[in-house]
Amino acid sequence: METAKLDPAASPGAPPPAAESAAGRRRSTRPFPVQRVVPFGYLSPTLILIFVLMIIPIAMVVSYSFKDNVIVEQNPVFAGLANYTTVLTDPNFLAALKNTFIFITLSTAAHLGLGLAFATMLNSPLLGGVTKAIFRIVYILPWLFTVAVIAVIWRLMLDPSGVVNYILTTIGVLRAEVSWLSDPNMALWALTFINIWAGFPFFMISILAGLQGISPVLYEAASVDGATAFRQFRNVTLPQLKPVLLSMAVLDLIWTSQQFALIWMTTGGGPLNVTEMLSTYTYKQAFSSYEFATASAAAVIVLLLTMILAVFYVRLQKER
Amino acid sequence: MTGGSTRLQGRTRRLLGVMAVAVLSATAVGCGSNSGTSAGSSGSGPVTLEFAQWWAPELPAGSFDKLMSEFTAQNPNIKVKLLSGPYASTKQQLVSGAASRTLPDVVGLDGAWVSDFAKQGAIADLSELMTAAKYDSSQLASQIQVKGKTYMIPVVNFVYPLFVNNDLLSKAGVKKPPSTRTEFLDAAKKISALGGNVKGWALPLDTAVPNGIQNDVMSWLWASGGSMLTKDGKPDLTGQGVRSTVEYVKSLNDAGVVAPGSLTMKEQDKVEKFATGQVGMMIDSLAHITLIKKNNPKLDFSVVPIPAQDGYTGKRGIPYASWGIGVADSSEHKAEAFKLVQFLMNKQANAELSTLAKGFPGNKTAEPDFSTSDPLFKTAFDIYKEGYPANEFVGLPKAEDLMRSFDEQLQLLLTGKQSIDDTLNKAQQAWAPVL
Repeated sequence: METAKLDPAASPGAPPPAAESAAGRRRSTRPFPVQRVVPFGYLSPTLILIFVLMIIPIAMVVSYSFKDNVIVEQNPVFAGLANYTTVLTDPNFLAALKNTFIFITLSTAAHLGLGLAFATMLNSPLLGGVTKAIFRIVYILPWLFTVAVIAVIWRLMLDPSGVVNYILTTIGVLRAEVSWLSDPNMALWALTFINIWAGFPFFMISILAGLQGISPVLYEAASVDGATAFRQFRNVTLPQLKPVLLSMAVLDLIWTSQQFALIWMTTGGGPLNVTEMLSTYTYKQAFSSYEFATASAAAVIVLLLTMILAVFYVRLQKER
Repeated sequence: MTGGSTRLQGRTRRLLGVMAVAVLSATAVGCGSNSGTSAGSSGSGPVTLEFAQWWAPELPAGSFDKLMSEFTAQNPNIKVKLLSGPYASTKQQLVSGAASRTLPDVVGLDGAWVSDFAKQGAIADLSELMTAAKYDSSQLASQIQVKGKTYMIPVVNFVYPLFVNNDLLSKAGVKKPPSTRTEFLDAAKKISALGGNVKGWALPLDTAVPNGIQNDVMSWLWASGGSMLTKDGKPDLTGQGVRSTVEYVKSLNDAGVVAPGSLTMKEQDKVEKFATGQVGMMIDSLAHITLIKKNNPKLDFSVVPIPAQDGYTGKRGIPYASWGIGVADSSEHKAEAFKLVQFLMNKQANAELSTLAKGFPGNKTAEPDFSTSDPLFKTAFDIYKEGYPANEFVGLPKAEDLMRSFDEQLQLLLTGKQSIDDTLNKAQQAWAPVL
């Protein structure tokens, strides 16, 4: 026991233990740790592209938001929070914020509701295979059109002398023609309706995949326990779909808040700014007013709002 | 040990390969914008000019390339690379290019953009280039100037006369196209009285592209020799001229002769409604004659001067839009770029381009050949020569924004949410800081 406790350093003439000698050799001859760098090497194309195409532009926009007359003037000056004050006190921005909230909330709720309803229908054993296939094609169609086509189609259909007014007046639902996209009282609802129509198929497909992943055993057990169809839906289907529904909802909130093309091509933010959204407001500030500094401030505010949703989404994913 | 070393070397090689690709990708991304603009040299070697415009897609396929080939044949050391796209995307590309000082050497310009690009220092002073090239500018029909310096030369002009549907006019019992505001209101009322979705006039007030203010509202003012600006270039929206115009537009709206949906109506909707016979009269670009005839070959229509105020006998201003041209200030080949400008403005090429575009030449001596064109172009050319081109938005800073702010106030007026006084005063307040 005493021998075992002896310190080799105390007797300089004694040779070092074999194990330490080998470790020392490894340290002195170990090459550059390429293994540790290799993963970063493989990631480097993506990292560089993200840095060049995302980090740098975002950093530039953030820096623009603190300057005055940026881009237009060759020597912009630091303006502190002035651009943020300008944007946050602009009635048009506040109106755009309110419109965006209504637009994305209604769109997401309707996407979820319609997606769930149609997916449940397509998953039902009551429908035959051919019927399901036909409905699946019909329901998926809106998702196949590009935004430009959707905008043109709906502009034509919702024109005061378009087919929607014709049908509704013919069957007696309307007494007079309605200017769906030009009436300040109707435009936001009409635009939201178009966005709902264009976006629900993606929800339907995703939820259908979720429904098909639920084990039939759960329904059999619920049935044995005497659960009605409604209780099976409430206590089996919804809890099983909850992760999918929550993720889809958060993603849709993010996507819809960034919707620009559809709004621009249908109403352009009008009439009387009732369909002005954060995206169209920012675009007009930059490309019409040439106020790139306030446009950058508005874009940073949108980025921060979107990041809240993104953080929520990431947390959801971690929980799963 | 040997096997491990080989694996290590293999990994190292793969790592280096991956990093090389990444660096190349990043270099390509970073340098992409420069590689095009700096092509060639300004010395004796060949030079490649980039020319961004929206004209080629609006001309018969291949015709603009052919014109560029003629230029290259005359200037063997200068090649032209066309960057063609629709109007809206060209504008966005130029705004971005101006911001990053990567504008193509030669740029197609709209008069509404000039002031902002000039203020940014993105486009070159053409007066200097003209002097350096000893160019005789007296042949130019017009030059767009900012603070006394020329930044854009209109290459082809497109005028906006009044289009009238002869069938609807005759059905409504109107014997001749209206020439005064009173006659126009009367004709519009009679056409609207025909019923069945037909209205007398279309007023596109979409705020996404608010050029309806320029083409369909202010045109009434210019047709009566009026101005929306004071002599020193300040806004005069509360003056008698603009007030009279706005009152007149409101009277048309109140009379129910305006096609519904005007608050979000776009220019293409207006043209479509005219082509399908839903609207009896519209103020529109001559460039749409071919489109209207293609969409509805049986439509019988004509073009006439825009009606003026009752009793007005002076020359009538006729709104126009231009395909303008400018040179990027950041171009390394300004002299060569101006050679291209000179080519497009010479008598022969300018006449050829005007004939192809069905517009009117920017060179006073050029004579477009309308012999194979629709007779309406000849009529419009006569109207153009009798009056004068008028577009006060050309050269104004933030021109589109000015149109939009006026548009928003006009929409409030037409929806009964404010009075004419409030409309004009608020529009004046919105314009004053800009001008």
